[in-house]
Amino acid sequence: MLNIPQLTDFSEASLDAAFAQVQAEAKIAVAGEAFNIEGFRLEWLGRKQGRLKIISDTWLKTAPPEAKKLIGQRFNALKEAIESELAGRESFLKEFKQGLETPGSPFVPQLDITLPGTAQRLGVEHPLVRTMAEIVSVFQRMGYSVGLGPEVETDFYNFEALNFPPNHPARDTQDTLVVADQDSKPLRERLLMRTHTSPVQIRSMLEHDPPLRLVIPGKVHRNDAADATHSPVFHQVEGLCVGPDITFSDLKGTLDHAMKAFFGSAVKTRFFPSFFPFTEPSADVQISCIFCGGKGCRKCKHSGWIELLGCGMVDPAVFESVNQRRIELGRDPVYDTRRIAGFAFGMGVDRIAMMKYGISDIGLLYSGDMRFLEQFA
Amino acid sequence: MDILTPWLRSYLPELSVTDAQLAEDLTLRGIAVEGTFPLEGALTGTRYEMDITTNRVDAMNHYGVAREAAAIYNVALATISQTEPIAETASGDSYPVTIEASDLCGRFTARVIRGVTVKPSTGLIADYFAALGQKPISGPVDVTNFGWLAMGQPTHVFDLDTLEGGIIVRRAKAGEKLRLLDGSEHILVTDDLVVADQKKALALAGVMGGWDSRVSETTKNILVEAAWFDPAAIRASSRRHGLHTDASHRFERGADFNAAPLANNLVTRIVVEQTGGHVAGPMTDIIIPAIAGKTADRPAIALHVAEVQRHLGTTADGIGISEQIVAQYLTALGCTLTQTAPGAYAVKLPSWRLDLEREIDLIEEVARVYGYNKFANTLPSFTGTVIELPHATQEAAIRTTLRGLGYSEAISSTFCSAEEAAAFTTAPAVALGNPLSAEAGMLRPALTPGMATMLAHNLHRDVSTVRLFELGTVFTGSTASVAEHTGLSLGLTGNANATALYKAEDSLFYELKGALETLLAKFTGTHTLDANDLPTWIAPGRGARILLDGTPVAVFGELAPAELQRRKLRQPVAMAEVHAATLLAHPLRQPASRDLSRFQAVERDFSFVFPDAVRWQAIDAAIRTLAIPELQSIAPVEIFRDAKGKSIAAGSYSLLTRVVFQSPERTLSDEDLTTSSARITAALTALGGVQRA
Ligand SMILES: [Zn+2]
Repeated sequence: MLNIPQLTDFSEASLDAAFAQVQAEAKIAVAGEAFNIEGFRLEWLGRKQGRLKIISDTWLKTAPPEAKKLIGQRFNALKEAIESELAGRESFLKEFKQGLETPGSPFVPQLDITLPGTAQRLGVEHPLVRTMAEIVSVFQRMGYSVGLGPEVETDFYNFEALNFPPNHPARDTQDTLVVADQDSKPLRERLLMRTHTSPVQIRSMLEHDPPLRLVIPGKVHRNDAADATHSPVFHQVEGLCVGPDITFSDLKGTLDHAMKAFFGSAVKTRFFPSFFPFTEPSADVQISCIFCGGKGCRKCKHSGWIELLGCGMVDPAVFESVNQRRIELGRDPVYDTRRIAGFAFGMGVDRIAMMKYGISDIGLLYSGDMRFLEQFA
Repeated sequence: MDILTPWLRSYLPELSVTDAQLAEDLTLRGIAVEGTFPLEGALTGTRYEMDITTNRVDAMNHYGVAREAAAIYNVALATISQTEPIAETASGDSYPVTIEASDLCGRFTARVIRGVTVKPSTGLIADYFAALGQKPISGPVDVTNFGWLAMGQPTHVFDLDTLEGGIIVRRAKAGEKLRLLDGSEHILVTDDLVVADQKKALALAGVMGGWDSRVSETTKNILVEAAWFDPAAIRASSRRHGLHTDASHRFERGADFNAAPLANNLVTRIVVEQTGGHVAGPMTDIIIPAIAGKTADRPAIALHVAEVQRHLGTTADGIGISEQIVAQYLTALGCTLTQTAPGAYAVKLPSWRLDLEREIDLIEEVARVYGYNKFANTLPSFTGTVIELPHATQEAAIRTTLRGLGYSEAISSTFCSAEEAAAFTTAPAVALGNPLSAEAGMLRPALTPGMATMLAHNLHRDVSTVRLFELGTVFTGSTASVAEHTGLSLGLTGNANATALYKAEDSLFYELKGALETLLAKFTGTHTLDANDLPTWIAPGRGARILLDGTPVAVFGELAPAELQRRKLRQPVAMAEVHAATLLAHPLRQPASRDLSRFQAVERDFSFVFPDAVRWQAIDAAIRTLAIPELQSIAPVEIFRDAKGKSIAAGSYSLLTRVVFQSPERTLSDEDLTTSSARITAALTALGGVQRA
């Protein structure tokens, strides 16, 4: 509805007041959020139906002749004022639009996008936990179950059942951390910090019948003073595979496959005779250097090879220990050395993690040092 | 141990491979050549630095390595004593020897050489020693060392004229004194084995010869000794007297029972050649049959070729391990095979391979000489089931949740001091018998001691913001029976910021509480809070305990000022000790979806002043007790206290509480909201709250 101010008379004062009212309305319309140039022109300045045209026609219709000139002058002035308001608004809008794309424009507050983002710091996975999980998952994908066992073990599980002779140097307190006050117990019941994850092999074979495929991650301890490469605490992943048709070539194939899965398909393996009380034949396994691909570099002492694993066929004496213990526990002695065979392997997680990530001091793994850990974020 | 290839090749006349190839082939058979160095001077060839595992003590000498090479390449091996045995041509009486300790000395050979002139070594021995860096001592002594390096059998030469009335091998007398070749004086015990004459101890058997009976430049007559001593007795003596010698090294690991006469022959022949002396009488060779039966004359073991094949599997060439190969390798290594049935043999074991005892040992020898890397890489077929670990998913949930909350995983020592054990838990701690240090004397009965150490480690290195957790084993019980359970600790310090709700100095506690609540929310069960009888490491009034379905699952709070001081920490630290095993016994909360309301949720804020005694728990409970069906959540939004007591009276605090209403069925009317708000206002007023304008 078009609002046309009523003129009480045609005095200059009345005309000025009426024109001021129209101008104010126009100004509000121009400044309004709904402003649109084409719409405004049509509504206010249209030649036939424009607001100004209608108002001027209405007033001129009733105006005395001497007032018509005054009205005409004021209309022209109003039209100019509105046009100028319009031009101002138009150029503002144009500048505003450009300003959005123009650095330094006063229309938009500019962000210093170079300031750092608000820190949303995630906790870091420990490199040992990560390495251990990666190794375990390689074997899980090959159908291996995960086995765990206690960190405080008896001599039986840690040594005796694994075919360590009674006077083996590993039993010496120089090598093994022992629980206090064990001397009054029979040797096999004495408590010690397990020196390897191998006792879990025995525990698993006591609990489960063959065939068996186990991967055993865990923390182990030795009586080693701490230095850059030794820690009294370290981690191992052990594996055990037992069944009716397990052979030495299966051991080779399994570890070759696992190393390729872990380090990449270009990695090669080679096996050397070695000696462990609980395997026979025993082997040390080297992989082709993951840094130089076998050409020779500082990390592999220019040999092209890195020693990584110990392994072997489960010694029949171990199966015999398991069977004997199973009989004591009222279970069937199903680990018959004439019918089954198996292989076992073990690797040091700390060494692998240190090699993989270039960690120079094993102590850093056990320090909780944030500067160290955050490198693995 | 070092090996010279010209010396090695003197036993392998047919060997044609290069020194480099030989080194690689030996290494791949477990006779590891760690380094190769070209020889200079009188000899041509290579010096190998060897690394041979202790179970292969028989291969720690030139002849032993030569035997391996002969087996690998299927070439002839020369005999060690290249001339006729000397004893058969000698005349006179044999030297008197008595073995009293017949349980510890299995064999003893002795031979007299008279009329010697002791001179420095020359010729091949001097050249070999120069290349090996072996220090020459005197002609006869160098010959014993030559014999040792050649065949790994220790021998000894006595100055015969210092001996009184024949050799007795006996246990030492308690307190008996003996001065050894290195000049050291030893007081012996009755467990020590000595080579003595009628009057006195001459040598610590299997360890070192005596000073008084040593061969010197003035020696005219020599007694050559080669023997077999009990490994355990020699190991004990060697340790007891702190003497680790080449001889003790070998005897401890089991010497070759049949090597003593061969070595005596070898040494005698060269000493005679070198010194111009002559053999006086046949060699004495006393054998204790009981020990021979356990060493050189062990019963034959049964070997089935089918077992060899069953264990070893597929070869890379597809041919497999043949019966012919099995027989060839074992024979080359010194075994004697007698066929007992098709594919079955009785195998007599060589006296120098005490490590071979069972069929599996022979299977290993076949695999080793064949070469491990010539076997195929096969994968076993598998029909078993995969056994699930009971807590694997829960442990993974703990780790991912805490990492998401900004806590990094750490691993601390398994051990702590007795003081720390007592300060951090009332649970009994278990002592180690041989701790690395007093600070590591106990098995940790809690994870917080290690966490406090790690927080201090960071703070002392000017790392002021730390968020850590450790998931690991905790040990309690007694030295009779140790109990293990999974524990969890959280530790945090730094980055303590004020919020609308919490003051900066209180924020560590609430951040830690929030982390624990988030963690617990992953598990089923309801948790409640108390603050009774908290451990003393927690600052008074600044800690709490969380119970999961009524069982204590965590204690947490700020570290007590005394503990901060003890560790010289200058900023607040908060920690939590979580009995993770209790948590892991609860299944993870199973996510379940419900329909989302289509209707708008409405917030209403309530601003009240409460006396300090009114805790949030009471306010929360007062509103929940109203059982307003549309009530979705209640949360404290802002807390204000006025230290000066002007706008808010001292002993009171202003609390802005936000309540959210939503109905699943309809848009809430103004009337609904007004009614609910009025009830809440009344409830809060009843608690002692005064509504603010
Ligand atoms: Zn390399």
